[in-house]
Amino acid sequence: MEATTPTTVSKLNIEQIRRDFPLLSRDMNGKPIVFLDSAASSQKPNSVIEAISHYYRFQHANVHRGVYQLSQEATTAFEVARDKVRDFIHAPSSPEIIFVRGVTEGINLVASCFGRKFLKEGDEVLITAMEHHSNIVPWQLICEEKGAHLRVAPINEAGELILEEFEKMLSDKVRIVATTHVSNTLGTINPIREMVAMAHAKGIPVLVDGAQATPHMAIDVQALDVDFYTFSGHKVFGPTGIGVLFGKEKWLNAMPPYHGGGEMIKTVTFEKTTYAELPHKFEAGTPDIAGVIGLGAALDYIQEIGLDAITQYENTLLAYAIKRLKEVPGIRFIGAAKNKASVVSFLVDNIHPYDLGTILDKLGIAVRTGHHCTQPLMDHFCIPGTVRASFAFYNTVEDIDRLVDGVKKAVAMLG
Amino acid sequence: MSINEIQDEIIEEFALFGDWMERYEYIIDLGKSLPLIGEQYKDEEHLIKGCQSQVWLHAEKDNGRVKFTADSDAIITKGIIALLIRVLSNQSPDDVAKAELYFIDRIGLKEHLSPTRSNGLVSMVKQMKLYGLALQAN
Repeated sequence: MEATTPTTVSKLNIEQIRRDFPLLSRDMNGKPIVFLDSAASSQKPNSVIEAISHYYRFQHANVHRGVYQLSQEATTAFEVARDKVRDFIHAPSSPEIIFVRGVTEGINLVASCFGRKFLKEGDEVLITAMEHHSNIVPWQLICEEKGAHLRVAPINEAGELILEEFEKMLSDKVRIVATTHVSNTLGTINPIREMVAMAHAKGIPVLVDGAQATPHMAIDVQALDVDFYTFSGHKVFGPTGIGVLFGKEKWLNAMPPYHGGGEMIKTVTFEKTTYAELPHKFEAGTPDIAGVIGLGAALDYIQEIGLDAITQYENTLLAYAIKRLKEVPGIRFIGAAKNKASVVSFLVDNIHPYDLGTILDKLGIAVRTGHHCTQPLMDHFCIPGTVRASFAFYNTVEDIDRLVDGVKKAVAMLG
Repeated sequence: MSINEIQDEIIEEFALFGDWMERYEYIIDLGKSLPLIGEQYKDEEHLIKGCQSQVWLHAEKDNGRVKFTADSDAIITKGIIALLIRVLSNQSPDDVAKAELYFIDRIGLKEHLSPTRSNGLVSMVKQMKLYGLALQAN
């Protein structure tokens, strides 16, 4: 093994970390699984699984309602998790942390509530060309309803946002900017701080889709000065069905509620209802209590390893993957941004991603194939889709070696 | 040969293969070798869109039998299409409509016909049977 391979430079104890994730020791198609699809959903450590199990065994009661001790305990556990989220993204206060089902719901909430209040005919919403469908369609829905227009800031051939074009598009008609932090297909890390400064110079708020950023790097919503930041629990090693929307208090207070129901009200009469304070105004109904507690455990787990150590390890893993994949004749990387998270999208000659993915599956290697819910981005590059390998801190050099061997074998069969 | 006789024949052929690699090499060869559809039919009208791969399907009636031609942009999908056409083409519309396809499962390729796979094949089989029904009448 070469001196520069990630295991030798890493401060992380990968063997110990892998033991924390029970799924990683299973087989797929008769071979030890190589899981390279964490960008779609990451695996869960024992501490998350145990936190959920413990909650259902010993702590469960509805939150924010009961006077009895058990309900108080559940409420405390729930609100402690909210504080953990606040710390994780360095938000100013816990009431600015809204629990949602995931990024998709986070964006839909803002599109719907911000849009209802602030969008009118002829206004514009500005997104980028690398957005996931979940940061396109909610805006299309509200734009259609309000007679507003969706504008798309272009990217270059490397898959990076063209910042000058973006700045030019910040006209006085733009009411909000919605952008991804990290592209799920290309791995491109967007210059959020610069984008926010440009938008704020025109008085335009910015929503950031943090689904692909939060598993890989430390997030500070105050340093970034974003108005909204949303991420999904299941991509940060937590449970599915839970996510977070951070919003600056002034915006959350100015927006109407999303769903109506219990918990989100102050007083209800048949004539007029007044709404609860933040965050409850946006959390109608019984929340996903177990999900929130599981998410809290996941954030504890990540913090314990340390996001800076994670970023460093994954960067070496990414560099090693690109170096080794270059051995494959005819390989073409889609997305070559200078600033990139641990995602590698590629094609080999004219081989269809579905064919390559099918053979890799048979070899025990889980990758994502297809358009990754970014059809407009695929159209931009004139390709039907890509093969995407995405890494988390539990992946190893050996995983990448098996991927490269697998791709070579698949190419030999298909080429 | 009837639909089931052809299915049994394919199952026997596949029994000769040692492992998944041999099966897939055969499917890939099928996918590479066959021009399965006329270029004029590779249009929107004949397209069955999957998330992963796309399929084009055309059917016509010839001497009381349904003739299918089809294609895909992915080779493995195309190889499976070749098998489906071998089973269902040149059969009576009634037989096509009533066909029970068990061979895919028996030759170890059932995951390709899983609805979650989204490669266009499930919709294609459905469409082939609908053609069978539609062509019974005329």
